[in-house]
Amino acid sequence: MAEYEPVIGIEVHAELLTESKMFCDCSADFGGAPNSRTCPVCLGLPGSLPVANKKAVEYVIRTALALNCEITEHSIFHRKNYFYPDLPKNYQISQYDNPIGRNGWIDITVDGETKRIGIRRVHLEEDTGKLIHAGGDESLIDYNRSGVPLMEIVSEADIRSADEAREYLIRLRAILTYLGVNDGKMEEGSLRAEPNISLRPKGTEKFGTKTELKNLNSFRAVYRGLDYEIERQSRVLEEGGKIVQDTRRWDDVRGVTASMRSKEFEQEYRYFPDPDLVPMHFAREFVEEQRRALPELPETKKERFIRDYGLPPYDAEILTNTRAFADFCEETIKAFNEPKTVSNWMMGDFTRMLNAAGIEVTESKVKPADLAGMLRMMSEGTISGKIAKSVFEEMFETGKSPEEIVRAKGLTQITSEADLYPIVDQVIAENPRIVQDFLGGKEKSFGFLVGQVMKYTQGRASPEVVNRLLRERLAASAE
Amino acid sequence: MNLTALTAHELHDMLKARKVSCREVTQAVLERISAVDGQVRAYVTVTADQALESARAVDERIARGEGIGPLAGIPVAIKDNMCTRGTLTTCSSRILHNFVPPYDATVVEWLAKAGTVMVGKTNLDEFAMGSSTENSGFFTTRNPWDLTRVPGGSSGGAAAAASADEAIVALGSDTGGSIRQPASFCGVVGLKPTYGRVSRYGLVAFASSLDQIGPITKDVADTAQVLQAIAGKDPLDSTSVDVPVPNYLASLRNDVRGLKIGVPKEFFAQGVQPEIAESVWKSIELLKSLGADYKEISMPIMEYTLPTYYILAPAEASSNLARYDGVRYGLRTKHSPDVITMLMRTRDEGFGAEVKQRIMIGTYALSAGYYDAYYLKAQKVRTLVRQAYDEAFKEFDVLISPTSPTVAFGIGERVDDPFQMKLADVCTIPVNLAGIPAISLTCGFHDGLPIGMQIMGKPFDEETILRVAYAFEQNTDYHNRKPAL
Repeated sequence: MAEYEPVIGIEVHAELLTESKMFCDCSADFGGAPNSRTCPVCLGLPGSLPVANKKAVEYVIRTALALNCEITEHSIFHRKNYFYPDLPKNYQISQYDNPIGRNGWIDITVDGETKRIGIRRVHLEEDTGKLIHAGGDESLIDYNRSGVPLMEIVSEADIRSADEAREYLIRLRAILTYLGVNDGKMEEGSLRAEPNISLRPKGTEKFGTKTELKNLNSFRAVYRGLDYEIERQSRVLEEGGKIVQDTRRWDDVRGVTASMRSKEFEQEYRYFPDPDLVPMHFAREFVEEQRRALPELPETKKERFIRDYGLPPYDAEILTNTRAFADFCEETIKAFNEPKTVSNWMMGDFTRMLNAAGIEVTESKVKPADLAGMLRMMSEGTISGKIAKSVFEEMFETGKSPEEIVRAKGLTQITSEADLYPIVDQVIAENPRIVQDFLGGKEKSFGFLVGQVMKYTQGRASPEVVNRLLRERLAASAE
Repeated sequence: MNLTALTAHELHDMLKARKVSCREVTQAVLERISAVDGQVRAYVTVTADQALESARAVDERIARGEGIGPLAGIPVAIKDNMCTRGTLTTCSSRILHNFVPPYDATVVEWLAKAGTVMVGKTNLDEFAMGSSTENSGFFTTRNPWDLTRVPGGSSGGAAAAASADEAIVALGSDTGGSIRQPASFCGVVGLKPTYGRVSRYGLVAFASSLDQIGPITKDVADTAQVLQAIAGKDPLDSTSVDVPVPNYLASLRNDVRGLKIGVPKEFFAQGVQPEIAESVWKSIELLKSLGADYKEISMPIMEYTLPTYYILAPAEASSNLARYDGVRYGLRTKHSPDVITMLMRTRDEGFGAEVKQRIMIGTYALSAGYYDAYYLKAQKVRTLVRQAYDEAFKEFDVLISPTSPTVAFGIGERVDDPFQMKLADVCTIPVNLAGIPAISLTCGFHDGLPIGMQIMGKPFDEETILRVAYAFEQNTDYHNRKPAL
């Protein structure tokens, strides 16, 4: 039985965060009452004409530069002709043989190994409207998204596993969000990934028949969808079957892909240069200006986190996956200079809570100064690590400062020996059997006694002090 | 006094001197439409109420003693492929029979700002595809000089309206001759400006890289005046060009001394009626007698302009007309089990034969496997046409030719002979391919029908062709003749 190797390429569509649409002045913001953000241009009314959004072009140039692409000197828009009710002109203004950027790459790290994934092209086009099936034999169309600038990023078929695909998308999203050109929300569809995948016997060069996957609305869905498709295709091939070239929809609930349409025949789009738009010329100086305007990108920031904060590469990578997360982390470190402690909390409790609440770090009520404040109280011994967790949970829920929470609830740590001696003595007196066990050599019993002191103090006793006092008293009672 | 027979500049003088009110002028034009449009059939829609309302506003301004611009209060007819907010814009197509745009074309807005009074929307060949208005989805306009003949096309309604005094000035659009050829057939002046001189925003596209809006008027001075109002860079049209707009009225000088005229012999070859060639040559001799100089030249590439045009224009049209699908506006077929059938039936019922044919030709020319052989090759020829003109304009200030090889032909005469029909545009098409400006004006009569002379100029040099046309007009009286209606 042959061992198969997956060959994967990914087409990504990213809605650009411009204020206005690609070819008119309408707002490009998400939402709005149906068809409230439309005009003759994005409705494709007779006689209307497109005027290219300069900002969108700049965003694509910056993205292409960040993806290490060559920037073309001359670029034009083409018309892609096909009939569909969500496409008001029945052609989409897109780019064809002269995309703004090409021949770039992204480095990804999987299982400690770094690999380069090629970027074939980066181009600019307009989004379509949205069909809403109203039930019965009626359909409605909302053209609010019609004409929103859409950037297409096509990778080379360099990806060899679902893991690599996920990692590629995580790094790509990091770059897009760092540039501020896209919000990175796969769940809302403003960032859409459509991988194509084929299998071939390991060690061979020739590509197999590929299928294309749609409806992958999260990194997890990309991973699961590809994993499923690899399984499915190898099963078909092992049984001596043939892969049918088609577009397949991922069903996230059932965890399967199902064929949407066959792609055996090449669509005829009749591409030709759009005569309503003028050719774009990008002067070298203009491109260099855009290059200089690039912010610090994830890769550079990661290196800096390792170098300046002494963080492990693993931490640095995860902390820099989104600009907002990295910024939060860095601001916290500025206020509380123990990077590894900050990193542990960011990657641990904080991430867990964000995921559970389904929100982004920017939407959280916790401020970097407050996280730093809480960590400082912990390091100074004002609160214990255990108390810190509950304080942080309340900070996350209410947005209150840690000082306020600790004060209101009287959660400060008890470190005073004078306060703790009576309690330690009481616990020893109440548990003669356990004390005997401990003195008989059962070290485990010690933990129970500590727990009892903690119980009496509602967890506020300093574990360090309790340990010391207990051992001192137990040693005394043994004599 | 017959107000409707006057030009815009004559009426302006009277309005300013308060010898006549704008209401009287507008009323007179509306009455003229009532009187003769039953025969001519220039208009698809007459906007009488709106016109009287606009006229009242201008009269109020005059009454308040405010100054008025040269086109204020002048009744204007608009070809029905330019969007007019709140007024039907049909392109003379069944597929847009009920389309009321929510916005004005830039030219319509600019003319309104100049104070003109729109009296109606004029008939055309469906989506401006044709040379006679016989392809109109509604009816055929008749030539005011002979009601059994066509007015030319596609701006046949606009040219007939100006010729029959059913409007003082009119706006047409020209993709392959659609302003100049009907102007020539109807004995009026028609100018196709340089591509990019006038905004196309709101002009329902036929072939985007060739379409251009321009004036159709009774004399050259009015053409200059209307061009003045509509020329200029429009931020809503990326292809409109930011070249300063000169004062076109300053070009109206009766002086052609030292002017160098090129006469390309290819424009006198195929199918040009001898009487027309003779009349144009006599006109060139007249200009020579006024101090110009001419030379006959050869532009062999012209042989290929007709087939080139009939690849490029349909290719663009096939894409431009894809939006008429019954989904958002216009005609929608009554019976449709699903969206694809709805779309196909709507297009089948809504488009006429000529439009369908061009969509099919264009679709074919853009298809994979044919693109290089047709569309790309045609683009290359287009470049050669442009270069041929560039070369000629190194030596000459203007080029002169007939506008059309024939005078107006009979209604129905050529409908079964599409090649003869398309030959009507053989002298005008090269101008659109090159994007240069050209004007047509009457230079003689044959069998009582006007003959048009075409004066072609350098890109953005409308001034020179206006000056030559004006000088010719000042030394002839063809423009004073009126059709007997």
